[in-house]
Amino acid sequence: MPAALDFRNVSVATPQGRALLSGISLAVEEGSTTVLLGRSGSGKTTLLRTVNRMVEPSGGEVLVHGQSNRSVDLIGLRRGIGYVIQETGLFPHFHVERDVALVLEAQNRSREERHRRSHELLAAVGLDPEAFARRYPHQLSGGQRQRVGLARALAADPAILLMDEPFGALDPLTRAEMQDMLRALLGRLRKTVLLVTHDLDEALYLGDQIALLDAGKLVACLPPQEFLRSEDPAVQAYIRAFHRGERAASNEARA
Amino acid sequence: MSAFLSRYGGEIATLTLEHLWLTGVAMFCASAMAVPAGIWLTRSPRWARPVIGFANVLQTIPSLAFFGFLLPLPWLGERAARVAIVALTAYALLPILRNTYAGIQGIDPNVLFVARALGLTGTQRLFKVELPLAASFILAGLRTATVTCVGIATIAAAVGAGGLGELIFRGVASVDNGLILAGAIPAAALALLLDGLLGLLERRFRIPVQETAA
Repeated sequence: MPAALDFRNVSVATPQGRALLSGISLAVEEGSTTVLLGRSGSGKTTLLRTVNRMVEPSGGEVLVHGQSNRSVDLIGLRRGIGYVIQETGLFPHFHVERDVALVLEAQNRSREERHRRSHELLAAVGLDPEAFARRYPHQLSGGQRQRVGLARALAADPAILLMDEPFGALDPLTRAEMQDMLRALLGRLRKTVLLVTHDLDEALYLGDQIALLDAGKLVACLPPQEFLRSEDPAVQAYIRAFHRGERAASNEARA
Repeated sequence: MSAFLSRYGGEIATLTLEHLWLTGVAMFCASAMAVPAGIWLTRSPRWARPVIGFANVLQTIPSLAFFGFLLPLPWLGERAARVAIVALTAYALLPILRNTYAGIQGIDPNVLFVARALGLTGTQRLFKVELPLAASFILAGLRTATVTCVGIATIAAAVGAGGLGELIFRGVASVDNGLILAGAIPAAALALLLDGLLGLLERRFRIPVQETAA
């Protein structure tokens, strides 16, 4: 069976010729979660966007379920892939119910179906549909907005879910709640997920494999346990950058 | 007062309707041209400066002169109402065009990015996202244009197009302040009324501001 997502030697360059990604090859198995980890500007988001062709590669290709994503209809491709972006990108003029079911509305599905599906999904992401369906984005907290964004990405029941720093703007406690909710949800739904983050802890918690990007190149792609044990200097540097405060405090306590 | 109203009341009512008709037709024509043109400009921004500049130039032509220029033209000049409607349409173009363009240009690029990423077609993006989000802006342009048109339409009486300007011009010619006011007060009231109604509509479409995440 082909991988759900297969990046083959993908390169992206700016119109001015600056390389953003060079020769990335990476496969994501059906039903698994791959985390793209790396510092800001390392090309994580760019790689993610080549999947739904919000960015077109200048070289190589992306296979979605074994088929080049350039050989399929663009609108159909995008509707078939769930996408959650940082800072939610909710539409300020839609109430929650309409926003969640927007892809279904774009597909001309019936009002009843849209209503049923959005209420079902709101419940699945932990929001009471009766209380939230008619609210507007400005009436929601950051965490609630992210839940709505996730519900919207799942509306058309896509096999693939792209998540671009979905919890980046949240406080640590809300972030932990969201990670738990996502883990439970993915355990049930078995989606293929590509998730961008710069948070090592989130990567270890959610990922089946972790792909570290640095300056547009793929440095390592390993399961969480092996990632932590890796001898690669770039991986080790990334790991060392976390929990510095914790280490400093415990060193002081020992001294 | 009552003698005045019984003498002129019927005429004021007829002329007010005529005034409304001139303004209404001109606003309809101007919207039908300026809203699509404004949308087109957001797709081809390099045309924005020359096109908006042209509409701006139209706006600067003194109205009485504009009516005069149009009068000798074939077909157009045959009926004063045609002249009036063409001139009023020209004056209404700029505010509608400029606000449609600015309203759509001003939409958060992030929102448009999401609309594309979710797989909305170009038409769906226009009608479900861009126009609703720019609606209060576009309506503000319509409102400015309407008030301008109601005012300028009084001058259309100079070329015999009717409307409340009739009473004003007759009043000026016969040095009759009562007659001038009989035209001026309903014209002003009409402008205020339309301004208020469109203002209500504009507020109805205003988008609540997203609170920044604290």
